[in-house]
Amino acid sequence: MINLVKEKNPMPEQDPMVRNKNFKEVSTGYTEDMAINEAMRCLKCRKKPCTTGCPVRVRIPEFIEKIAEGEFEEAYQIISDTSSLPAICGRVCPQENQCEGVCVQGVKGEPVAIGRLERFAADWHREHFKDEVIEKAEGNGHKVAVVGSGPAGLACAGDLIAKGYEVTVFESLHKEGGVLAYGIPEFRLPKSIVAAEVSKLADKGVKFVNNAVVGMSMTVDELFEDGYEAVFVGTGAGLPQFMNIPGENLLGVYSANEYLTRINLMKAYIPEYDTPIHISKRVAVIGGGNVAMDAARCAKRMGAEEVYIVYRRSMDEIPARKEEIHHAIEEGIKFQLLTNPVAIKGTDKAYVCGLECVEMELGEPDSSGRRRPVEKKGSNFVLDVDAVIMAIGTRLNKLILETTENLEPNKKGGIGADEKTGETSHEGIFAGGDAVTGAATVILAMGAGKNAADSIDKYLESN
Amino acid sequence: MYKIVGKRRLNSTITWLEIEAPLVARKAKPGQFIILRTDEYGERIPLTMAGHNSEKGTIDIIYQAVGKTTLLLDQFEVGDALADVVGPLGKPTEMEGLKRVAVVGGGTGNALAYPIAKGMHDAGIQVDMIAGFQTKDVVILEDEFRAGTTNLYITTDDGTYGEKGFTTDKLKDLIESGNAYDEVVAVGPPIMMKFVCQLTKKYDIKTVVSLTAYMVDGTGMCGGCRVVIGDENKFACVDGPEFDGQLVDWDELIQRNSFYQEQEKEDMSHICRLTGGVRYHD
Repeated sequence: MINLVKEKNPMPEQDPMVRNKNFKEVSTGYTEDMAINEAMRCLKCRKKPCTTGCPVRVRIPEFIEKIAEGEFEEAYQIISDTSSLPAICGRVCPQENQCEGVCVQGVKGEPVAIGRLERFAADWHREHFKDEVIEKAEGNGHKVAVVGSGPAGLACAGDLIAKGYEVTVFESLHKEGGVLAYGIPEFRLPKSIVAAEVSKLADKGVKFVNNAVVGMSMTVDELFEDGYEAVFVGTGAGLPQFMNIPGENLLGVYSANEYLTRINLMKAYIPEYDTPIHISKRVAVIGGGNVAMDAARCAKRMGAEEVYIVYRRSMDEIPARKEEIHHAIEEGIKFQLLTNPVAIKGTDKAYVCGLECVEMELGEPDSSGRRRPVEKKGSNFVLDVDAVIMAIGTRLNKLILETTENLEPNKKGGIGADEKTGETSHEGIFAGGDAVTGAATVILAMGAGKNAADSIDKYLESN
Repeated sequence: MYKIVGKRRLNSTITWLEIEAPLVARKAKPGQFIILRTDEYGERIPLTMAGHNSEKGTIDIIYQAVGKTTLLLDQFEVGDALADVVGPLGKPTEMEGLKRVAVVGGGTGNALAYPIAKGMHDAGIQVDMIAGFQTKDVVILEDEFRAGTTNLYITTDDGTYGEKGFTTDKLKDLIESGNAYDEVVAVGPPIMMKFVCQLTKKYDIKTVVSLTAYMVDGTGMCGGCRVVIGDENKFACVDGPEFDGQLVDWDELIQRNSFYQEQEKEDMSHICRLTGGVRYHD
């Protein structure tokens, strides 16, 4: 039986004016009935475009069919075959550009809510199998090191441990998860879920060494000397960018990385934690990506009365996920579009007291195909803010490249690696995720980690 | 966990700790720093290492209990363990080609200048160390400084010990009396480093300073530790912590280091949380 309703089952959510004052998860998740009802919207089409739209090739129609039948655990097992972090992907993947973007139901109505169903299956499993006994794969005696415990590293470690490798993950921070721990806020991805995924990997035998900065605490070459036969580098996007406008070192100007890390990893929103953070009443977040949305929504929850997204193009070009923009607007974030900052103003004590901006208009398309924003001369105005958060992207961290001989960079300055296999110029070193591509998505990083795990397996088998 | 294996009070506010941190000790070099977190609720704070022992797998830190985290740290005793220690971070001190160097320390900064002075001295460089303190009672590590340098000059602001005056006065004397230094290294309060740099600029002597700034990860990710060097923004964690002092924008550095002072003052008024009950480690 197929459910012919054209719209997705709505996701139950906290009221926007309540949730913008707490850090609890925004979406509370489908009930069993909602999940079954939604699963029945799948047309079971022959071509299965959704599966090809998924970077880790989750067998989507199969797991949806199991949900429709009420076989939730089986649904979870099908997802788990190909994805090591389903509870996370169900929450943070840009489904609209992937599986759901190509769903046949989406042609005349809304696509099947694949992401919500994935999340449902993963959450259902976690709630019902709390004392699950994890089976360890039989060891093959070969040691692999994974550098970075973000999505790329976790996916790579998960696949390698299943193949029988002895896997050690080196993390530079005190907590595992990379961007899942320091970047994505609690209200979008509860840290207990990240911790559960990490501890599942640990139960399977993955070793985690935190507070280890590869490139400083030890080099990649030293990992080989220590007996690791292959190394996967998934160190993420790295250094924050600033605009190089006057006033960027005033007190109250943060990179999104710093602002989010203080809040998410260092828990500045919980009074018991010592982490200092500037308490702001009026905040401008520069940028239009998911990171900008996260920073703006955090600022609101930290008590700011007015929070602006300052973006130089229009709503048609804004790169953040639709759902994040929708949630931000619901929560009272103001969008100051076609606006570009030119200077940050400070008080005599060097605290931020305003953001001077200029209005923009869209000209001819540029090399990215998006219409190029052009300044409207003389349209300068000052936005009254006491904090500015820069969310305009990242530069790549050179630490591993500088400390590893014969490891070549790519054109963007990241680690040069084959995008399909993760192979680098250095024998035995594989790389993937943002460290190679620059800032992208959790799921693309996971895909890269999985591909690298396959390549590492082939490489070590042939040696 | 990172166990404390040695603790020694050097004066009423300055304390030396020896901490088990084998991954750090294995690679540490003079000039580098660590980030530590006392416990689950603690801040991550950067501290320059005062020394290390690769064989024992230990590192030394010397801190002055003046802020929230250092006051908490003061509660830890031998046998206790810190939640996290990560490092070594930052670039090591550059010593190549140097033959004669003056190392200037101020207050707690002396303890951080010491591994640089000793490292250079061990490498065969002639090192004159000027160790400045406010008064006799707060003088620390005199024997160590003397053993680890070629010449040691102690100054106190009030003249109760060593020579009366500031470190800059002594440095000026030494330069004027014909000592030719290839480089001056200054570690101490920013205002002292600023004045050292103003002085050495007149004599055209390259001056290296070690900067501390607010930071979170220490690997370049947060960008909180940005400092203006010449016309450029640099990150103290990965580009430093040592920079050409004559290029540092000191006024901005001092301002940025005051960012959370109001908040910290507020927290410090709740002394119970810092030293008693709830937050006391077990």
